[in-house]
Amino acid sequence: MQPQPADSAARSVIDIAKLSLTFETGDGPVHALSDIDLNIGAGEFVSFIGPSGCGKTTLLRVIADLEAPTGGTISVNGMSPHEARLARAYGYVFQAAALYPWRTIAENIALPLEIMGHSREDREERVRRNMELVDLDGFERKYPWQLSGGMQQRASIARALSFDPDLLLMDEPFGALDEIVRDHLNEQLLKLWAKTDKTVVFVTHSIPEAVFLSTKIVVLCPRPGRIYDIIDNPLPRDRGLDIRETAEFLKVAHRVREGLRAGHSYDD
Amino acid sequence: MTEAGTFQTPSRSPFAGLMSGTAGPVIVVVAAIIAIWYLAAVLLNTPFQRDIYQRGGIENPPLAQLVADTLSQPRPVLPAPHQVAEEIWKTTAEKSITSKRSLVYHSGVTLSSTLLGFIIGTGLGIALAIGVVHSRVLDKSLMPWIISSQTIPILAIAPMIIVVLNAIGITGLLPKAMISTYLSFFPVTVGMVKGLRAPEAIQLDLMKTYSSSTAQTLWKLRLPSAMPYLFASMKVGVAASLVGAIVGELPTGAVAGLGARLLAGSYYGQTVQIWSALIVAAVLAAGLVSLIGLTERVVLQRMGMAR
Repeated sequence: MQPQPADSAARSVIDIAKLSLTFETGDGPVHALSDIDLNIGAGEFVSFIGPSGCGKTTLLRVIADLEAPTGGTISVNGMSPHEARLARAYGYVFQAAALYPWRTIAENIALPLEIMGHSREDREERVRRNMELVDLDGFERKYPWQLSGGMQQRASIARALSFDPDLLLMDEPFGALDEIVRDHLNEQLLKLWAKTDKTVVFVTHSIPEAVFLSTKIVVLCPRPGRIYDIIDNPLPRDRGLDIRETAEFLKVAHRVREGLRAGHSYDD
Repeated sequence: MTEAGTFQTPSRSPFAGLMSGTAGPVIVVVAAIIAIWYLAAVLLNTPFQRDIYQRGGIENPPLAQLVADTLSQPRPVLPAPHQVAEEIWKTTAEKSITSKRSLVYHSGVTLSSTLLGFIIGTGLGIALAIGVVHSRVLDKSLMPWIISSQTIPILAIAPMIIVVLNAIGITGLLPKAMISTYLSFFPVTVGMVKGLRAPEAIQLDLMKTYSSSTAQTLWKLRLPSAMPYLFASMKVGVAASLVGAIVGELPTGAVAGLGARLLAGSYYGQTVQIWSALIVAAVLAAGLVSLIGLTERVVLQRMGMAR
């Protein structure tokens, strides 16, 4: 792997300015996103956190070109999100593993490679490498239902990484898993991020998860969905699970919690 | 009573073992049907039998003789099961397959147009469903016609299809097969439209993030998802195909096929012949449906979708 140039953090991967998204519904317009300004640099690990309905998943889907904004500008790798999607600029990990039940784990991981027209040898090599990366070697021929929820989600991460995108978009990937499995996967994800130097955008509603994983935490609040606070995480990049007991960690977590509390309206 | 005794299962009735599998219940149902059939045969054939007695001057025959006579009439209102069984045996095992009097020969004729019509109908159904799922215009314009096509009684339209196709020179197997097609494409279309729309939003979004083409999404996601739906609708479709083939044989002048046997039987009042053709048709349909069930099991197993 090449050493990172010193100015890499300055190179912007995602640029969002004055972005808004309004859904027209029968009950009138719903302002899912309003006045979003955000820059995400290369190699960063950015978390979106906020209560349900704050638009964090919608914002991720706008970056992925799964939703179209109704105002403002957004660029991904200097392109429009649509061009970036056509250029296969990102890997997306959904809330559920969404593995195809008629494909084995190896075949599931090879799915994007088949669609993108990689050769058979290249597919096999990439599947092997990425299954190793998420610690799933030996499960190539198993079907999804034969794996636990945590293993399925690891397979879906391997699938997103298989075509080696520089940008990884993750929408509450560990939300449905229990605490222990989630801790373990968080630790693995950090290691994986350190190893691969990818830019990660991660949606969560767990404060410890956001603080543990991120270099930057974006706190969103609902009605209309907007950014309340952006926190640069001072914790060192190289961190273990015990860092969650330190005073520094708790300080960041406290600021996130304050932000969530202040941005939350209790009138409902 | 011992301590262990409390944990023993309660003593089972001697029939419990018999009824636990599938064979037991099926045998019981078949036995009940046969019993009811015999009873109905006696009751339905009695009036005609009494006429015969009256004409022959026999007064008050013993009940045993009445029952025996009602079950052995040559042209009964309702033939007894053993008469039908005997007729089926005589027209299958004891006739050469090429004989015009062999039910195997007639079944073969019906089966070939059933299968041809079913294959065309399934193909047509899948093609229509793919069109309907991918095009809003086709969805809006075709679906009402597809549904209304099935509201026309097949008995009304079958002779016209045969006559029209004959007029333009298409004869033989194909006109009959078209009627099977007409009946079998419908369940396949409806089932496949549902099946091709079965993938969840998240699975479709996944394909979108790979900027997969419509054809790739169809081939790698929609079609595999639709397989269980395809087999379910094929089971309905194959039975409908058989009905279509039999109906298609009626207006052709009844040369060959199970439909021809039914028609000839009703011309000459050969109720035993009608019933044996009906039973063979039912067995044929059951065989076709279970063949598709078997294929379904094998295919879904190989796809890893059956646990």
